[in-house]
Amino acid sequence: MTTKKLLLGVEAIGQGAIDGGISGVYAYPGTPSTEITEYIQENRTAIDRNIHRQWSANEKTAMEAALGMSYAGKRTLVCMKHVGLNVAADVFMNIAVTGINGGMVITVADDPSMHSSQNEQDTRYYGKFAMVPVFEPANQQEAYDMTQTGLELSEQWGIPVLLRITTRLAHSRSGVNLVPQPQPENGIRMPEDTMQFVLLPGNARKRYNHLLSSQTLFQKAADDSPYNRFEEGYDRSLGIVCCGIAYNYYRENFPARSPYPVVKIGQYPLPEKALIRLEAEVDEILVLEEGYPIVEEQLRGFYGRGRKILGRLDGTLPRAGELNPDLVAAALKLERSERAGIPSWLANRPPALCKGCGHHDTYKALNEVMEEHGRGKVFSDIGCYTLGALPPYNSIYSCVDMGASVTMAKGAADAGLFPSIAVIGDSTFTHSGITGLLDCVNEKSNVVLIIVDNESISMTGGQDSSAFGRLESICLGVGVDPAHLHVLEALPKNHEQMVQLLRQEIAWNGVSVIIPRRECIQKMARRKRG
Amino acid sequence: MKCDIVLSGVGGQGILSIATVLGQAAVTNHLYLKQAETHGMSQRGGAVQSYLRLSDKEIFSDLIPAGEAQLILSVEPLESLRYLPFLSDEGYVITNTTPYVNIPDYPDVEKVMEAIRALPRVIAIDAEEVAREAGNVKASNMVMLGAASPFIELSAESLEEGIRAIFGRKGEEVVNLNLRAFRAGRAFANQKRND
Repeated sequence: MTTKKLLLGVEAIGQGAIDGGISGVYAYPGTPSTEITEYIQENRTAIDRNIHRQWSANEKTAMEAALGMSYAGKRTLVCMKHVGLNVAADVFMNIAVTGINGGMVITVADDPSMHSSQNEQDTRYYGKFAMVPVFEPANQQEAYDMTQTGLELSEQWGIPVLLRITTRLAHSRSGVNLVPQPQPENGIRMPEDTMQFVLLPGNARKRYNHLLSSQTLFQKAADDSPYNRFEEGYDRSLGIVCCGIAYNYYRENFPARSPYPVVKIGQYPLPEKALIRLEAEVDEILVLEEGYPIVEEQLRGFYGRGRKILGRLDGTLPRAGELNPDLVAAALKLERSERAGIPSWLANRPPALCKGCGHHDTYKALNEVMEEHGRGKVFSDIGCYTLGALPPYNSIYSCVDMGASVTMAKGAADAGLFPSIAVIGDSTFTHSGITGLLDCVNEKSNVVLIIVDNESISMTGGQDSSAFGRLESICLGVGVDPAHLHVLEALPKNHEQMVQLLRQEIAWNGVSVIIPRRECIQKMARRKRG
Repeated sequence: MKCDIVLSGVGGQGILSIATVLGQAAVTNHLYLKQAETHGMSQRGGAVQSYLRLSDKEIFSDLIPAGEAQLILSVEPLESLRYLPFLSDEGYVITNTTPYVNIPDYPDVEKVMEAIRALPRVIAIDAEEVAREAGNVKASNMVMLGAASPFIELSAESLEEGIRAIFGRKGEEVVNLNLRAFRAGRAFANQKRND
């Protein structure tokens, strides 16, 4: 008898990985991917089996550690948000070439419409770039199934596979049927070829040729995949190509049955046979895909001389942002009655720093000091403290990528900007800020680095910060002068002290680090609730 | 049976406890369910919503199409107006009347209430007040669920079962508080509906 469980899309992936026999999950938190790892961390079976489930310092270290586990023959899951794959891109591109040993699924959660992100890059391009198969579930059940299929196939092929989801599926809950018998974990099994992981040029060329010749295998798998299918339709004026959850938005408009022939896509490379058949049967093709128009581009080709292709590129659908049933209805020219509007005076309610958060105290002091120096001289980073860019503080002037505040402040100081200040969180600092600080120290750059330490990765829900209790020793180890490293509690009563310290360190020509510290108020509340 | 509900509020108000009880009740009634939530940045005091869909047939989209929600269930008055385009022609707005003011440009509360009262089908309830009478202001979300329950095709018994299942591990006292809150909200809405 099968068990049915109500699971978020992300939880379905976590459960699928456990049932697919992983020995470890490796990840750095990032919306909308965080809860995959959290689900495994709290799962009884995972705890009993002692599946590795601690957070890594960043996405690159996560994927590399997973590669080590795969090298030893065991199965792994790697999770991150889309921009996290940029951080891990070096190892990702190369493990497509080395291949793997134990099965490896790399789950990347894209965030079209940028609900909680800096961009809406589409991970399917990375799949194509690295020439590895990509799975894209349409629903929670497929997310669960594909995680297991992905582990199985990646191990069989000796190639990591991508599992691409988007925000809506990540954070939507539905019933999932679980397999009756979970897969047991692999034992240690060394790679057969001792040169497999040695990408010296001569061997790298060999491995690369192996990857190239594997493409026909991936193509055949996509053509035969249960996740790719052709659905008949009686109206051949239009054919529909649906990728991932776009299929749901399409069928929402035709719940009983689709009038048009449909190719539903859940596994890449693109299923050639089904698409060639569609092209032969219909007059025009509408491509529905979440994210960038990657499939649309491929079907259209450079000269666009084939069937007319409709989608995001010709304006049938918006070029940016996530899809929904209404946008798809409009693309299908379905009549919809006028809806009531939203009152024009309705105020927006953007996110804001929590009441009582220590970042308030840092920004109040910083603003007071920066009044003496003018606007635009504070760089910042990615985390709760990025909300300091919004009213009432308007304290910071950049948020680009993890760790960029440190190095942007350095470059601006190199250019002669004074003062040049960086505001970065404790976890962002250990994720990607330490090496930037080393650059600053090596050149004695005139920067003030403020590490706002709330002892937690807060924006994603209060995960443990890998720098906990060690920020000062990390800074000193990198070479910061102890005389210019200051720690104080971020509290209103320390306002004058913080102002004083900022003035003093701005005046000093060299690298200064100030650490205003106070535990995240949300984390403290959770801790007190038990 | 098909029921689409937009749940709305402000990050931190805990609208997901309402969704969880409804989800539990849907499961025991063997209904299909999809429930899309807001995680991430908006949870820091921003506008949050959850799309809850129940049906005895397969559900495709995780998002509710415009004009198809039978209910907007809002734990904050201003937020009840943000999702009006989703409301069906026969749909009800069930809203809490206690404003959550965490933005400097929060409109005049009387203006908000006027707009709510002007809606054709609306139940406006002071959930905090009713929860306090039921024993604890913290149970206001179950007051809201109770106020919405007459408009949802799920029996009160199965929703109460859901409350027991969700709050059970917190002890009998918490369960009873939330049941009292639920019943008070339900009684309020039934009375209003018959007025």
